[in-house]
Amino acid sequence: MIEISSLSYHAGPTPILHDISTRIECGGITALIGPNGAGKSTLLHCISGLEKPSSGSVRINGIDPFSVPHRQRAKTVALLQQSPALVSRLRVRELVSFGRWPHHQGRPCRADEEAVDRALVAFALTELSDRTIDTLSGGQRQRAFIAMTYAQDTPWMLLDEPLNALDPRHARDLMARLHGLSRDGARSIVIVLHDINAAAGWADHIVAMKDGRIMAQDASASVLTEETLRDVFDTPFELLQHKGRPVVVAR
Amino acid sequence: MAERRVLWLGLALLVLCGAFLAWQLRAPMGFILGLRAAKLGALVCVGAATGAATVLFQTVAGNRLLTPGLVGFDALFVLMQTLLVLLLGGVGAASLPAGPRFLMEVAALGVASVALFGLLLRRDARDITRMILTGIILGVLLRGLSSMVQRLMDPSDFAVVQQAMFASFGRVDPQQLAFSAVVLLAAMAVALRMAPALDVAGLGRDTARGLGLNHDRVVMTALLLMAAMVSVSTALVGPITFLGLLTASLARQVTGSHRHAVLLPAAAILGALILVAGQFLFERLLGSQSALAVIVEFFGGLVFLFLVLKRRRR
Repeated sequence: MIEISSLSYHAGPTPILHDISTRIECGGITALIGPNGAGKSTLLHCISGLEKPSSGSVRINGIDPFSVPHRQRAKTVALLQQSPALVSRLRVRELVSFGRWPHHQGRPCRADEEAVDRALVAFALTELSDRTIDTLSGGQRQRAFIAMTYAQDTPWMLLDEPLNALDPRHARDLMARLHGLSRDGARSIVIVLHDINAAAGWADHIVAMKDGRIMAQDASASVLTEETLRDVFDTPFELLQHKGRPVVVAR
Repeated sequence: MAERRVLWLGLALLVLCGAFLAWQLRAPMGFILGLRAAKLGALVCVGAATGAATVLFQTVAGNRLLTPGLVGFDALFVLMQTLLVLLLGGVGAASLPAGPRFLMEVAALGVASVALFGLLLRRDARDITRMILTGIILGVLLRGLSSMVQRLMDPSDFAVVQQAMFASFGRVDPQQLAFSAVVLLAAMAVALRMAPALDVAGLGRDTARGLGLNHDRVVMTALLLMAAMVSVSTALVGPITFLGLLTASLARQVTGSHRHAVLLPAAAILGALILVAGQFLFERLLGSQSALAVIVEFFGGLVFLFLVLKRRRR
């Protein structure tokens, strides 16, 4: 469980997050939605222990990500960042192997290799495994970084806009894969999505943010109302039902 | 694969060193061999130190265009030498025992560089252009400060500084050389031990921290190691700005790898190889004495331009 209590974050003098308190239960997919600049990425960075909040506290599975050893934190929570830096001459397999670093600290064993193989298979990267990262397309690269996050094998996976640059097939595959992973309760996933329909289709819970505050948080169906969406995005939406699933259309 | 290439490079260096020592050896053999060995030692030390230091710096800076020399690292060393002489006087500084003095210099340079470049790296690491410019201006500032202090000095003290700064490959003190070699080997051993952590640090600060690497500590250690290596090279022969760049990019080309366990030794060997080969070519075959540094700078500068232009095209 992630527990956030009265968390605020300032970037210099600019307030980004205002006094956020919430809980995210284990298991399932929790989608973070909201307009640009709502503070979604910053919240993920605070939860994963990369940005220290100005005030307030974070507990993830009972531990404080800022006081436990780095290695223990990296075994609890993995974060896919929005635009990670590129390293030339780095092969896909090598990149994914870095996900095992918290486990082996430079001395990989058989189990680490197998975990890397599983990640490559899971994200359809086996054929690309010997390509260097800088020769990949944007979507392929994105999948390689997601595979690295997956290989980290943590109870919590935080993904910041993982659907960026993915074509419809790989976007669907990714969401289905994440959905499958989160079913047995071993993995909990928090994911920033801009495609509201992806959230509507796959997420169990939705947290809607705006201007550094949480506007709504509940089971997907309860958050996805025309009123809430209008308030969050400042733009009118129409909510349709298609084969028993909500479909959101911007008006 | 990459390891084998490093082995071949090492072998080439050994052969070249043999040729350097044995080429047209005449009586008095012992005397000439001694001179040549000292010069060879200096060339190898400086080349290896510069190569490895540059790889380390490029990793922590996340930038393949920067070298310690380019951002004023050796200028910092010269400034410290100057301040030391200013504080202790020429005789006082010259009469300090070489070992402790060198250690003191490395420690002070380490602390100063961590303070200065640690701050620079943390603040500007994302903005590469700004970082290069800040580094270059910092270098100019440090050089300016040195020359200002040197102007304030007694001429005899200044002579001591000058000797410390501009020792050439020709006049190398064997004791200083031995000490440099020990420091260099130690720094290299530590760097190789932390090679996997450096690989992770190469992914960038955020990704590395996400993977649970104590990124700031790795960067500080790398800066300290680099300070030791740069001190070795600058203390022995003075600043060579572009050798590191030439060496580091060659090492990446030759090994085709991002792994520091391979890159660090490859860059060290290549640095030594370039200097020894250049010196051999100029001194033994062309009969010229002082052109080596100029030529190395010339080709290094070309590589720098090539890298800048290639980056822009992408």
